[in-house]
Amino acid sequence: MIRALVSSIVLALAIPLAAQQSMPPAPYAYRQLDDPAQEAAAQDLMETLRCLTCQSQSIADSDAPMAGDMRHQVRIRIAAGESPGEIRSWLMQRYGDYVSYKPEVSSTTWPLFAIPLLLVLVVGVVLLGRFRRRA
Amino acid sequence: MSWRLWVPLFAFALFVGLAAYQLTQPKDDFVESRMVGEALPYFDLPPAMEGAEGISNATFADGKPRLLNIWASWCLPCIAEAPHLESLKEQGAEIVGVAIRDRPEDIARFLARHGNPYSRIGRDDLSEVQLAIGSSGVPETFVIDGKGVIRYQHIGDIRADDVPVLLAELEKVR
Repeated sequence: MIRALVSSIVLALAIPLAAQQSMPPAPYAYRQLDDPAQEAAAQDLMETLRCLTCQSQSIADSDAPMAGDMRHQVRIRIAAGESPGEIRSWLMQRYGDYVSYKPEVSSTTWPLFAIPLLLVLVVGVVLLGRFRRRA
Repeated sequence: MSWRLWVPLFAFALFVGLAAYQLTQPKDDFVESRMVGEALPYFDLPPAMEGAEGISNATFADGKPRLLNIWASWCLPCIAEAPHLESLKEQGAEIVGVAIRDRPEDIARFLARHGNPYSRIGRDDLSEVQLAIGSSGVPETFVIDGKGVIRYQHIGDIRADDVPVLLAELEKVR
């Protein structure tokens, strides 16, 4: 009796989960390309693309269905002869910087790169001044 | 005591103030499509279920503005959105559906239960159309003008107060 109750509860909990995961993943979501060089290029590119639904993972890292669909896109496009740069810019055209998971210097991100350099420079100047005074 | 002693404290206070301000700002998780203003790219989707008509980018190029609704039967906000799609349809909007990673029988069951506001429904098992138009989640709704150009993107489920906004956007491109 209790076993039947427990199993029916477990089943009821599992239904919504099953509904979302009942579709098989895209053919190339988890399957590597046959050509090792192409697969390596695809893998490198996937590390630099951000999963759109999980946002703090690359699509190479994520098990979200949409990330799987993006890996499928990357692999079939690489297999069809597109260059990683072309695929990357195709996605950037659609999602902007958001889809990029690789730090790049641009008109909005340059302070992130400039500020640390500036700080090191300021510290260097201050230290130099102090050492000179002491000597 | 030199005034210079206060400089680090002042800089620190400035930083804390900035961080506190940013923390109180509402977070915007939406990834907006850069394809607004661009023509729909080529696509051709099979019908999502028996009795439905499939869609392609050519569907949108006949002079009539339409709504393109990205949804799925497994998506819970889509249930909340269903009555508002129905009211959009009643007020004259034509809605074309794209079902993401979905089964025909699940789609038919969803539409039987929550109503079918769609004139056509295509099936996108690989999120191809979704990626091609820069949509990053389900549900999303796009306004497409009569030439097949994307004019407006609504991210998330449509609520009651979004209905007049979408109708106005449709009117704008008519």
